[in-house]
Amino acid sequence: MDYALKDHIKEYLKNDIRYDKRKFDEFRETSIETGVVKNAEGSARVRIGETEVIVGVKFELGEPYPDLQDEGTMSVNVELLAMSSPEFEPGPPGIQAIEMARVVDRGIRESKVIDTKKLCIRKGELVWMINIDICTINDAGNLLDASGIGALAALLDAKFPVEKNGKIDYKKKTSKKLGITKQPLPITVIKINDKFIVDPIHEEELVLESRLTVTTTEDGKICALQKGGDLPLSLDDISKMIDIALAKSKEIRKLFKVIK
Amino acid sequence: MSYKKRIDGRKFDELRKIEAKVGVIPNADGSAYFKIGDTEAYACVYGPKHLYPKFLQNPTKGVLRCNYNMMPFSGSGDRVRPGPSRRSKEISLVTEKALLPVVNLDDFPNAVVDVFIEFPQTDAGSRCAGICAASMALADAGIVMKDLVAAVSVGKVDDALVVDLNYNEESFEGEVADIPVAVIPSTGEFTLLQMDGIIDKDRLLKALDTAKKVAEKIVKIQREALKNKFEIKGA
Repeated sequence: MDYALKDHIKEYLKNDIRYDKRKFDEFRETSIETGVVKNAEGSARVRIGETEVIVGVKFELGEPYPDLQDEGTMSVNVELLAMSSPEFEPGPPGIQAIEMARVVDRGIRESKVIDTKKLCIRKGELVWMINIDICTINDAGNLLDASGIGALAALLDAKFPVEKNGKIDYKKKTSKKLGITKQPLPITVIKINDKFIVDPIHEEELVLESRLTVTTTEDGKICALQKGGDLPLSLDDISKMIDIALAKSKEIRKLFKVIK
Repeated sequence: MSYKKRIDGRKFDELRKIEAKVGVIPNADGSAYFKIGDTEAYACVYGPKHLYPKFLQNPTKGVLRCNYNMMPFSGSGDRVRPGPSRRSKEISLVTEKALLPVVNLDDFPNAVVDVFIEFPQTDAGSRCAGICAASMALADAGIVMKDLVAAVSVGKVDDALVVDLNYNEESFEGEVADIPVAVIPSTGEFTLLQMDGIIDKDRLLKALDTAKKVAEKIVKIQREALKNKFEIKGA
């Protein structure tokens, strides 16, 4: 990105004006659609402005981990598809994709939104493995929040396929759901020139000084954190950013009322 | 056993429902969405842009590079492991060859035009859907082209000649031939021709002739989608 644009964004922020004229705590228009992929057991499409991701949940059968004999597994994978941005290239996941996947994973894992004990079919032998794949369609900034929203929506949408003698019949879905009771949602707050901003567009992400992703559940508890960016945060900064994230997550959570 | 009625009730020469759009991905220089039945393809064009590493460059004209990829949750069975496979690499290659005859990259020596084709959902015929989407995305990106390319699979299920096989037909018990083809509608030439199965020469030629006719229908939909974006309304 050229320096003129970077300076422009920073200069205008001094006067409390964002590049796309939004308020500092204003999300772009956000929509969630579930059941968008027939072949997935659960799926969702999330749009935040021009940013778009598709999330699919696939169920597999496998052996449990040696130290967790009566628990199923869950994994999150992010594919930053080369089609979604001129900056992404085909190939194995880079550090950005890995960080995003791990932050989304932590929110889901630590809030214990999936009861992995209920994913056990035969102790020590056969368990359900839940794969959450996040694919980007267009990156116009804030992919992480879009991914977290999409992952939760796809999990809420997911239905178990039919299992018989250790094999899955993917053609048949049962009516059994994952029994999701909590709603962990990541909200990323970025800091530029001492201003705190939510839902950054791509251009704002390029000039951010620091960022904090705060994943919260509906009872106001924090279940995952990730600080990014090159500059440090003070305790005061962190407190403010968490407050913003809590307020925003309440707003986003309203969009989930239509799902189920 | 003979195949008198198609599994999904279509006529033997009937395509599945098609939906086509261009300009679906704001970041791309050109993009398209092509849905046929339950098979959904996105195609995205980036370029012409400099090609690195340098030894890949062609000093006489631009290089077309295609990348076919299924999203991990797009298949009807197990999760598809992310990343290239032998299958996806071969399909990327034949996709490139299917599009090359219509694109003119003479004005872009040492450059590359990247085409990324992604599938959120598949139900057979994905390489054809991908080629249809890719040719629309190239046109959307303003690449000089002779014509669009329309692709469809034709074939034989038992004794019946069928068009646009879905997954249930491909896996029909009995003799099946699945022939994905791509056609340049204005010349009637073929730019993709593959086959899985068994067929005799007479039937093959008949199937290819049918494919030419069906390609006309597809290209109409492709052109319509492009017109929807570029036609000046009220002019």
